[in-house]
Amino acid sequence: MNFRMNMHGLRAIYLFEMARTWRTLFQSVVSPVVTTTLYFIVFGAAIGSRITEINGVTFAAFIIPGLIMLSVLTESVSNASFGIHLPRFTGTIYELLSAPVSSFEVVLGYVGAAATKSIVLGFIILATARIFVDYNIAHPMAMVCILVVTAVTFSLFGFIIGIWADNFEKLQFVPMLVITPLTFLGGSFYSIDMLPTFWRTLTLFNPVVYLISAFRWSFYGTADVPVGISIAMIVLFLAICIGIVWWIFRTGYRLKN
Amino acid sequence: MTVQNDGIRAGTADKSLNSEGESAVSVSKLSKVYAGGHAALTDIDLDIRKGEIFALLGPNGAGKTTLISIICGIVNPTSGRITACGDDVVRDYRKTRARIGLVPQELTTDAFETVWNTVSFSRGLFGKKPSPAIIERILRDLSLWDRKDSKIITLSGGMKRRVLIAKALSHEPEILFLDEPTAGVDVELRRGMWDMVRKLQKTGVTIILTTHYIEEAEEMADRIGVINGGRIVLVEDKTALMKKLGKKELRLNLHTTMPAIPAELSGHALALEDDGNTLVFTFDTTAERTGTTRLLADLDRLEIRFSDLDTRQSSLEDIFVSVVGQSS
Repeated sequence: MNFRMNMHGLRAIYLFEMARTWRTLFQSVVSPVVTTTLYFIVFGAAIGSRITEINGVTFAAFIIPGLIMLSVLTESVSNASFGIHLPRFTGTIYELLSAPVSSFEVVLGYVGAAATKSIVLGFIILATARIFVDYNIAHPMAMVCILVVTAVTFSLFGFIIGIWADNFEKLQFVPMLVITPLTFLGGSFYSIDMLPTFWRTLTLFNPVVYLISAFRWSFYGTADVPVGISIAMIVLFLAICIGIVWWIFRTGYRLKN
Repeated sequence: MTVQNDGIRAGTADKSLNSEGESAVSVSKLSKVYAGGHAALTDIDLDIRKGEIFALLGPNGAGKTTLISIICGIVNPTSGRITACGDDVVRDYRKTRARIGLVPQELTTDAFETVWNTVSFSRGLFGKKPSPAIIERILRDLSLWDRKDSKIITLSGGMKRRVLIAKALSHEPEILFLDEPTAGVDVELRRGMWDMVRKLQKTGVTIILTTHYIEEAEEMADRIGVINGGRIVLVEDKTALMKKLGKKELRLNLHTTMPAIPAELSGHALALEDDGNTLVFTFDTTAERTGTTRLLADLDRLEIRFSDLDTRQSSLEDIFVSVVGQSS
């Protein structure tokens, strides 16, 4: 066995995926920024001005972490799933499968590129928010770490979806009908403490709650769920995704006959 | 029928092969059964010699593409072992895959990439450091240089095929697989591709091409393998094969129409064609006695006259049809 990495191969995959972003700049970056801006205008400035502070934070500032998570989650899933689904769909995957690259390098290239895009997007939204709201970040290091780990986890999740999906409809289905509702219901726009007990308990089964809660904690120092539990859950999702990807490559599921 | 000549080893033990050169690819006891239960390949043993052009012939669905896909790592084998230049293609995949280039049958390309980028990408993917000079040489050799900045979607089918070849050559492979390289390619382009393959062979590249154009194998190959129903039914040097299996026909244009072959001639392998105006005698060129003299003497005795005669060597196509016919 040879443990040397094919760095040229890894670089080729990563840059190829990043290049796709520039070609689809409008879809990849401009559209999420425009959408987020609309949220800030509607929820932050218009409606938000009538809502009282939540945990000592203005509503406009309160929704920033949730909005970033909303974009990071959906974009991670759709970028990574599209990235690996496209070569399967067009047939160019033959080259990847016949190349001297290990599955680790393939995942690192595709997931790395998708996560990079999401992280950059997260920062762009953060910068855009500054135009509308004043905010400060209590734990900047933790904020960056949570952002990175979330982007990587959901890019892995997207990679899995891209391999599982056998058509473009299924590919769209997950970000649109799973990630978006879970994020909306996961406390992007409210503190789950505002919910009646039954709904609050139910919400705790929504994995996105933990992401948003931890992320908001890194901004304002307050959280719906204890930070330790949130971080444990994030690590658990990451581990599950890594496990599934490992299984995909071990069995060749939907990649090799 | 299975023709096993000196060049083919029956098992793995026969090392006499080395007198003719090392093998570039060695396949032994390879079988593939797809998940649905379809046995695509059964007990394939095959040795491709370094530096040769090997043509793998077979009808559609014979297993040509499956065999290539397994060697290249796209399909998992069910059982058996493959080595490329001595290294196992599964265990030492990094080494073997870096040596192999594959041009797939389908025109699968990244439509929105430029020619230059896609070829450079392939070079990197196969672990080679960037080299604009090499990419330029490849693109010029394939007459793609003028279109290097064009998006692939804007290219014609023949150009896309050449882009795929450029991608396969980008990492300077020692072994090149061409899966149906001239399917749907016009005559001129086909000639150009053959020239390119010959040039590559001169630089030491081993070439394995699959085709169902017999003409292509006849024109290009040093050796020919015939695969049918997932089994290798024949592997032979092309010239030896043509000679060995080559049947010759003697065609006699009769002076007067013959309604049926006379009973006196029943001892000869004769057929009547052309409404009784042509008498066709088939004989084996490798036989000790071809029987032509005896036939002509008999015809003379029966006073059967003919105005013209010619002989025709059977082509590879005839051989192919007879081999595949017998194996299935």
